Amino acid sequence: MAFQYDKYLRNDKLPHIWCPGCGYGIILKALIRAIDALGWSKDETVIASGIGCASRLPGYVDFNTIHTTHGRSLAFATGIKLANSKLKVIVLGGDGDMSAIGGNHLIHACRRNIDLSLLVLNNNIYGMTGGQFSPTTPTGCNATTAPYGMTENNFDISNLAIGAGASFVARTSSFHVAQMEDLMKKTFQHKGFSMLEIISGCPTGFGRRNKQPEGFDALEWQKKNATPLTRYNAMTGEERAGRFSTGILHEADRPEYIEVYDRTVGLKDA
Amino acid sequence: MSKNNKQLLQGNEAVAYGALYAGCRFFAGYPITPSTEIAEKLAAELPKHGGRFIQMEDEIASMAAIIGASIAGAKSLTATSGPGFSLKQENLGFACITETPCVIVNVQRGGPSTGLPTAASQSDIMQTRWGTHGDHPIIVVTPSTVLEQFTETVRAFNLAEKYRTPVVLLTDEIIGHTRESVTLPTELEVIDRTRPTVPPEQYKPFDTTQGDVPPMADFGTGYRFHITGLNHDISGFPSNNGQMAEREEIRMQRKLDNNYDDIVKVEEFMCDDAEVVVFAIGATARSAKDAVLAARKKGIKAGLLKPLTIWPFPDKHISNYKNKVKRMIVAELNLGQMVHEVRRMAEGAFEVDGIFRVDGEPITPSQILTALEER
Amino acid sequence: MKRSGIVTIKCEWCKGCGVCAHFCPADVLEMHEFKVRAKSPEKCTACMMCEMRCPDFAITVEVVERADEQK
Repeated sequence: MAFQYDKYLRNDKLPHIWCPGCGYGIILKALIRAIDALGWSKDETVIASGIGCASRLPGYVDFNTIHTTHGRSLAFATGIKLANSKLKVIVLGGDGDMSAIGGNHLIHACRRNIDLSLLVLNNNIYGMTGGQFSPTTPTGCNATTAPYGMTENNFDISNLAIGAGASFVARTSSFHVAQMEDLMKKTFQHKGFSMLEIISGCPTGFGRRNKQPEGFDALEWQKKNATPLTRYNAMTGEERAGRFSTGILHEADRPEYIEVYDRTVGLKDA
Repeated sequence: MSKNNKQLLQGNEAVAYGALYAGCRFFAGYPITPSTEIAEKLAAELPKHGGRFIQMEDEIASMAAIIGASIAGAKSLTATSGPGFSLKQENLGFACITETPCVIVNVQRGGPSTGLPTAASQSDIMQTRWGTHGDHPIIVVTPSTVLEQFTETVRAFNLAEKYRTPVVLLTDEIIGHTRESVTLPTELEVIDRTRPTVPPEQYKPFDTTQGDVPPMADFGTGYRFHITGLNHDISGFPSNNGQMAEREEIRMQRKLDNNYDDIVKVEEFMCDDAEVVVFAIGATARSAKDAVLAARKKGIKAGLLKPLTIWPFPDKHISNYKNKVKRMIVAELNLGQMVHEVRRMAEGAFEVDGIFRVDGEPITPSQILTALEER
Repeated sequence: MKRSGIVTIKCEWCKGCGVCAHFCPADVLEMHEFKVRAKSPEKCTACMMCEMRCPDFAITVEVVERADEQK
């Protein structure tokens, strides 16, 4: 039998708002399969998001869902988790939401190592507002606010999270559906702050201006350039150009924030 | 009340104790003078009451965290001063449109910008009313003694829970840092939000069939629902229906307006036969009380109108003085904010004068007495 | 073991992006008037790639395994 997404979807809210060829629908499906595989109940699961195309995802799934303000989802989620640490809290957002306006919240959630699972849907552009460059737009690429080409350097969000102290960081792409589901499961199961960066496409905002006009163009690009970490590490700087490493990029055994807090202040079973 | 229960308490500490009394179990904040003692006290006390404290990375995150915690069922507090309140405005609007109960303390200091961080001020009166984009209802309470810092904090939580709204406790550097001998009350009412009684599948987070305040479920209790800062329908999902957005905004405003008598609390001191009334809040109300007593000794029929709720503005109370007094003197530590509201309600029936001060020093009783003695 | 699949297309949800047809390894799908259609349904090997990659919940694949080839 085909997988029954219906069980988790708010069917009356579909079809979703994402453009033809947008990878976010693929990610939504993998998210549902991963949660189903882990056997999490809908009642104990919270999905929080900020603002942007990616952040519309929670509206489509039948969990406890909250669509917060731009960049702030991790801070809202921190409050939710501290008020009821039994809840399983997934946070998701786009590259602008998480690494620009929400960058401060991202690095501090990583530093605290609070038990939240973050999915960063990185499509290298501000899609909702029509294709302005984001902190992850590759140098030289075109955007409506970079009509002569992107002149800034960009963030590697996964490296940013590792540097800030996240205890689990992985990367995949919307093309790699099986790996995505598998890494989502590992991200969700990790105790501590975990992040999965999902390289995705935006045919409307990014692709049309950067020779990837169709949804499958971005997927083909991901297929070609995704490189498993060990192979990536063995490459020279020149060989790495344009490629991105995938798989589990970082895993560390670090005490989780709420456990440390409760133990330190003498809280039992809060 | 036995003498033994008396204690010397700082205004900011009294807020922390009031919060704990009201059932607050979560605090998120960011250090800022002159409010920091509230965070420090709750960092120490919350775990003893089964609650958690967190110092967030900034003011914006603190506001977000308390909204999140409230949605997960915990009564939540944050505390700041003017510059921090400016940053909290973004998510304060989110609390307004999602009708999430929470309490925000603003211990006012001089401004604008970094201003006079350790000096007295009452210049955030309009910021607390209008501070966030879009039309929104808000309740702002204004204590003026250390005891009221406690009791008004409890009332702020009660109003937040009862009306499903953010409530601002607007105090100032003077009250926050004043130490007074107080006996904390032990029998104040504590109100919890109305939670749904319908089965989860029938629950709609903005269903107003039982009145203008919809019951609110906690995340994780089986009532799965969606929350968004977008205008939404009664099910909580985003909607572009302008008529519906208007209906909901009017309803949110109405839920406070229709409960004026319950929300707006005003203390009237020696007002019965008064010909001239001083209108003042917070620290300034203390000077005003002194000035009124001194004026009475000189045979001047003076009174004090001290609002403990400044928003919604005590319109009805002011209206009542239309045929009673000749003059109202609005004393405030700014260049004139409340005075315009009082003048609006006076509608020319009595004179409205202002005493303003922004040098970081309090308005003194003699300053007010001089104004009372004019004419 | 030989697997085959029955492709069902929910036409009203298809946004015509063409991802499914582009990646179909068995040439089952094609785009027609901005929507996907199964031009050679009998070729489906139930690899599930179209179902997993359709961003719009517009394709489902029912896996069929012949009874005589099952253990």
